[in-house]
Amino acid sequence: MPVNEKTGEFTPKIVAFCCNWCSYAGADLAGSSRLAYPAEVKIIRVPCSCRVNPMFILRAFEKGADGVIICGCHPGDCHYSTGNYYARRRMTLLFSMLDYLGVESGRTRVEWVSAAEGVKFSTTMNEFAAKIHELGPNVRLEDLRCKNN
Amino acid sequence: MQRIGVFVCHCGSNIAATVDVKKVVEMAAREPSVVHAEDYPYMCSEAGQAKIAQAVAEKGLTGIVVCSCSPRMHEATFRKAAERAGINPFMVEIANIREHCSWIHKNIEEGTEKAIILARAAIAKVNLNAPLFPGESRVTKRALVIGGGIAGIQSALDIADAGYEVDIVEKTPSIGGRMAQLDKTFPTLDCSACILTPKMVEAAAHEKIRIYTYSEVEKISGFVGDFTVDIRKKARSIDATKCTGCGVCQEKCHSKKSLSEFNRGLGTRSAIYTPFAQAIPNVPVIDREACIKFKTGKCGVCAKVCAAGAIDYEQKDEIITEKYGAIVVATGFDTIKLDKYDEYAYNQSKDVITSLELERVMNAAGPTKGHLERLSDGKHPEHIVFVQCVGSRCSDERGKPYCSKICCMYTAKHAMLIRDKYPDVKVTVFYIDVRTPGKNFDEFYRRAVEEYGVNYIKGQVGKVAPQPDGSLLVQASDLLDNKQIKLKADMVVLATAIEPDPSVRPLATMLTASIDTNNFLTEAHPKLRPVESPTAGIFLSGVCQGPKDIPETVAQAGAAAVKAIGLLAKDKLTTNPCTAKADELLCNGCSTCANVCPYGAISYETKLINDHGIREDRRVAVVNNALCQGCGACTVACPSGAMDLQGFSNRQIIAEVDAICR
Amino acid sequence: MSNVSKTERQAAMIREISGANPAKCMKCGKCSATCPAFDEMDIKPHQFVSYVQDGNIEALAASKSLWKCLSCFACIERCPRNVKPAKLIDAARQIVEREKGGDYLSPDEIPALLDPELPQQLLVSAFRRYRR
Repeated sequence: MPVNEKTGEFTPKIVAFCCNWCSYAGADLAGSSRLAYPAEVKIIRVPCSCRVNPMFILRAFEKGADGVIICGCHPGDCHYSTGNYYARRRMTLLFSMLDYLGVESGRTRVEWVSAAEGVKFSTTMNEFAAKIHELGPNVRLEDLRCKNN
Repeated sequence: MQRIGVFVCHCGSNIAATVDVKKVVEMAAREPSVVHAEDYPYMCSEAGQAKIAQAVAEKGLTGIVVCSCSPRMHEATFRKAAERAGINPFMVEIANIREHCSWIHKNIEEGTEKAIILARAAIAKVNLNAPLFPGESRVTKRALVIGGGIAGIQSALDIADAGYEVDIVEKTPSIGGRMAQLDKTFPTLDCSACILTPKMVEAAAHEKIRIYTYSEVEKISGFVGDFTVDIRKKARSIDATKCTGCGVCQEKCHSKKSLSEFNRGLGTRSAIYTPFAQAIPNVPVIDREACIKFKTGKCGVCAKVCAAGAIDYEQKDEIITEKYGAIVVATGFDTIKLDKYDEYAYNQSKDVITSLELERVMNAAGPTKGHLERLSDGKHPEHIVFVQCVGSRCSDERGKPYCSKICCMYTAKHAMLIRDKYPDVKVTVFYIDVRTPGKNFDEFYRRAVEEYGVNYIKGQVGKVAPQPDGSLLVQASDLLDNKQIKLKADMVVLATAIEPDPSVRPLATMLTASIDTNNFLTEAHPKLRPVESPTAGIFLSGVCQGPKDIPETVAQAGAAAVKAIGLLAKDKLTTNPCTAKADELLCNGCSTCANVCPYGAISYETKLINDHGIREDRRVAVVNNALCQGCGACTVACPSGAMDLQGFSNRQIIAEVDAICR
Repeated sequence: MSNVSKTERQAAMIREISGANPAKCMKCGKCSATCPAFDEMDIKPHQFVSYVQDGNIEALAASKSLWKCLSCFACIERCPRNVKPAKLIDAARQIVEREKGGDYLSPDEIPALLDPELPQQLLVSAFRRYRR
């Protein structure tokens, strides 16, 4: 369990995949508007939410992430026209499978944040981090192929 | 093995105040393949960039990580610096430790820890970067302007004057837009038509400008430099090549009861009509909903009276497909609907009107021939009340959260014009704040008060109640006197909030241009790139980007034109090299990737493949780098893992995930 | 505890009970323009906000307006900023009532409390609050 050395509190690891055109810019706006959200959230820039391979999310949970959030443009506003629709479908399937495997549905989320929604980005991240705190440390997925070697 | 240099920017105190940059340098230096790490107050400065060149020369760097502001700010700067230093520009990665770290975290320990992790992720990614080489694409030297108001006209004129062909697409039967509906303009009180009409004529006569009125953009494909656009030219039912614009058809038309859109529904027009006298083109259209011939098959009087034989009831919509290098959006605005504001009695009384309706009432070509009168009974008003901020600055769902910007000034204009022409009419303005930032604006407002005796009261109107005698009871507060006042008025004019024209929403989807929650198009950077959309090749002109008055609109239209000209002047554009690439050994030719590609960039070829000594012909995916925009949809869809995205490869992203979760 | 903390506590309570955020007010005065009981009030609806913001709760609690507000909620309906002046005054009313002791009101107690001077709507709104 990731713990703050000084306080002994649970400090989750949260990975946020943000599309370059909307959500990453929304996160930038949250930053320039000084809208705080927990430092536990770390952002990875991807060109589009449809670039997020379910493999990346499994990998994050395997490496000890406590929550993964995917942010993209609002439906209809995708820079590449339809990318966020692919992401939505893929993630619905993946999240349902993860839930089945014991990763609670609250640890995964898809959210649409436009480039103008700094406030929404910040509140989304605050909410999501609060949810992860509430859920506590995650079960760790293991890649048994690696273990047997 | 890469040789990576890490450069940590202080950004003055923007980063250094909440991130211990020295600690970031120290921790980054411990990462594998990092051979150089240093910090500098301003990495984006010339001296900062020189540090990169120096380190490349001295340490033989092959990859660079800059821990600084958002890559949306300075990625290009540092890529160019790397290129000058002799490294492939795509060997640079940015760790965003300002917008995503120092600016949002107050605790220095937290901030530093996060900055270190973000640096590690960027280092892990650069370790797997490979040099990329941009390709080239051609530029179609023609621009499309969507919207034929003053913004669109100005942008088109400026682009055309630079020598490029421009097409204007306007959905109504004439260019001119909102400005054509205005009577006078602030703060000089020029007659709106007198300054607009010459521009309209100039655009129509310009050899480089083609105007498609009564037309709409139906489909847009392609990308910067090479857009393909389908324009639907709606059936006018008139042969424009034959029509002489004599106007006899309009006079003789038997259906005269349609509400005039141009007069904001305050007057009527015939079914065959030109919206206003100075319309360009001066060719009428038949409103098929209202036309008796179209409704019943009988009539046809217009065809009988038309000496030129221009009436064509059989005319059909026409789709025109054109190629453009740049697109300027100038879709403008409309006033919001007032259905949810019952308290102002807009739907109950004809004497409660919006300011745009008052423009038509005041205009000599308007429904009252420019004579100020009550629309209910035609009587001369004794007292007119103006209400400011109707629907503007509202945080509820009834109105708009923004300031519409133009209302304070046009209300001062209206008040002044009324007092000037009819000194007997009493004018009261209820305001929350009077906002007059602009050259000669405050002076103008003060003139309304001091010279024209307009009564300004700070306070909002709570309700307008139509009285049995036909007058209007206005109940309002006077905040400075701390009183509630009840006034008898003959007319109430509502400074109604403006909103982007509803057509902009589907258009933004077609353009894949960002749009905000208020339906204003988002600019690439709020300060530094205010007339460009983040989508390359799309430029913003006028109110579609945010509320503006006419001079600002004209200035922005010119700026958007210059940006479009800058694009059209290029013969070739360098393309984004972060495109998809198929691994021929893994590809099984299943077509899944081609099915998800929004650009049709993937095709299949039968190739001789040498798979570990086995030579055979296989059907494999081939990506057209000129068409691929690098979204990565195919990379996830590919069942065999053959498809990967250069610059955002599976291994690179996984390396970032690993670094963050470490 | 000092007096300052008491007013702070009361101001916080008003925010909590009313669910309104006085900081959203842009001082347009539409509440006062709307209010049917305006003339009867000593502190006017648009002023409620600044009393809460300044922590001037005692003056607000002592004002006539508290008992003149009809709870017709016209100001809430028309406020462009969702500040809810009527809820603020309703909350102030509750603070006064609560300090008198007895946070709860049961239907049996009402007849004894009836005062012909009080607007009926006030009773309804009070009952809605205290019933919880």
